[in-house]
Amino acid sequence: MKRGVVYTETIVHSPPELFAREVPYQLAIIDLEGGGRVTVRIAGERVAIGDTVKWLESRNGIDFFEKTS
Amino acid sequence: MALADAGVAAEAVESFYLGNFAGPSFAGQNHLAPYVASGAGIRGVPATRFEAACASSGSAFFHAVTAVAAGVYDVAVAAGVETMTCQPTPRVTEILAGAGDLAGEVRVGATFPSLFAMIARRHMHEFGTTREQMAAVAVKNHANGALNPLAHLRKRITMEQALAGKPVSEPLTVYDCSLISDGAAAVVIIPLERARDFPGISLRILGIAQASDYVALDAKDDITSFRANRVAAEKAYRMAGLGPGEVDLAEVHDCFTIAEIVALEDLGFVARGEGGPATVAGWTALNGRLPVNTSGGLKSKGHPVGATGVGQICDLAIQMRGAAGERQVERRRVGLAQNLGGSGATSVVTILGAA
Repeated sequence: MKRGVVYTETIVHSPPELFAREVPYQLAIIDLEGGGRVTVRIAGERVAIGDTVKWLESRNGIDFFEKTS
Repeated sequence: MALADAGVAAEAVESFYLGNFAGPSFAGQNHLAPYVASGAGIRGVPATRFEAACASSGSAFFHAVTAVAAGVYDVAVAAGVETMTCQPTPRVTEILAGAGDLAGEVRVGATFPSLFAMIARRHMHEFGTTREQMAAVAVKNHANGALNPLAHLRKRITMEQALAGKPVSEPLTVYDCSLISDGAAAVVIIPLERARDFPGISLRILGIAQASDYVALDAKDDITSFRANRVAAEKAYRMAGLGPGEVDLAEVHDCFTIAEIVALEDLGFVARGEGGPATVAGWTALNGRLPVNTSGGLKSKGHPVGATGVGQICDLAIQMRGAAGERQVERRRVGLAQNLGGSGATSVVTILGAA
């Protein structure tokens, strides 16, 4: 299971048309365990820089990660 | 207007360079360079559109200068144009997002405010930059824009207003974001040897450089500084034979307040992490050590994206000719413009000298 650490994040309030129904939503750039940096969506609890997250699911080809407890 | 101001007849123009980001998406009109050139009476010469996101006309200007410097043309015009207010904000947001990486960040829901919000978060984390420091950029630029008759939003704002703004992408509020504007700008470029023939042209280009980098924000090692800014600045300073300490005033790309803070650092005006504190200390105010964005910047003057790069050159010209009225700065021999495309995938830095 993919895990990573939050490098930076934001909560989007003003969306593009396509995501208009999903606001507010959290985006994060995460450093993946084993290397690589990707932009993902966060599900559930809000995360901050330095938090550890794990892959939750893929919805319409978009990877969602969640905070590890 | 640029032709009349420079005392140049349309028939004398040998090549036309147009910066435009997304005319086809905003207005549906393609083939814009000959469209705009012919409207200005310029026909029968190369007319080409340059697209480099928000650095589109910075890039058009760079290429026009390059061709004149190489001796290919004696009279070139670089212009920029964008019309954005014809679309509703969510559609504008989507069109602007086209300057990001569609296969990665944009696909998952990134917008330009959100990319700069993530830059801000990281800058805050690494250097202790604060919301107040970012708001101070907006307060300053609105104060300058209020004095500029050409500004889009001539309105002063207070620190309290800036901090209490509606969130766009946290931590950025509406007051951290530049405006959705319509606008155009143009300049005439000639070789130094012909300066006597064109007494209306009053500034020298001392140094200029364009640099590029990855489009995706997550592809960059460090997002608190843009490599393209640093490379373009270093080359432009070297060409000009000047350092950041010799610049009298600057127009920098404040598409978001954090972008002005990063620009101050990348251009070598202050050390890394000092952009916010320097702004709060008044260092970049009209009466400060280095006045920055005396036009009001993208924040208050406005940001018709494809017109911004050449617009900055025009703003420097107004100051350096001593024609800035109430917002006129005293020291005006060397001016610097920095025009950023995307989240740092293109940067154009120009250093102008009084003739």
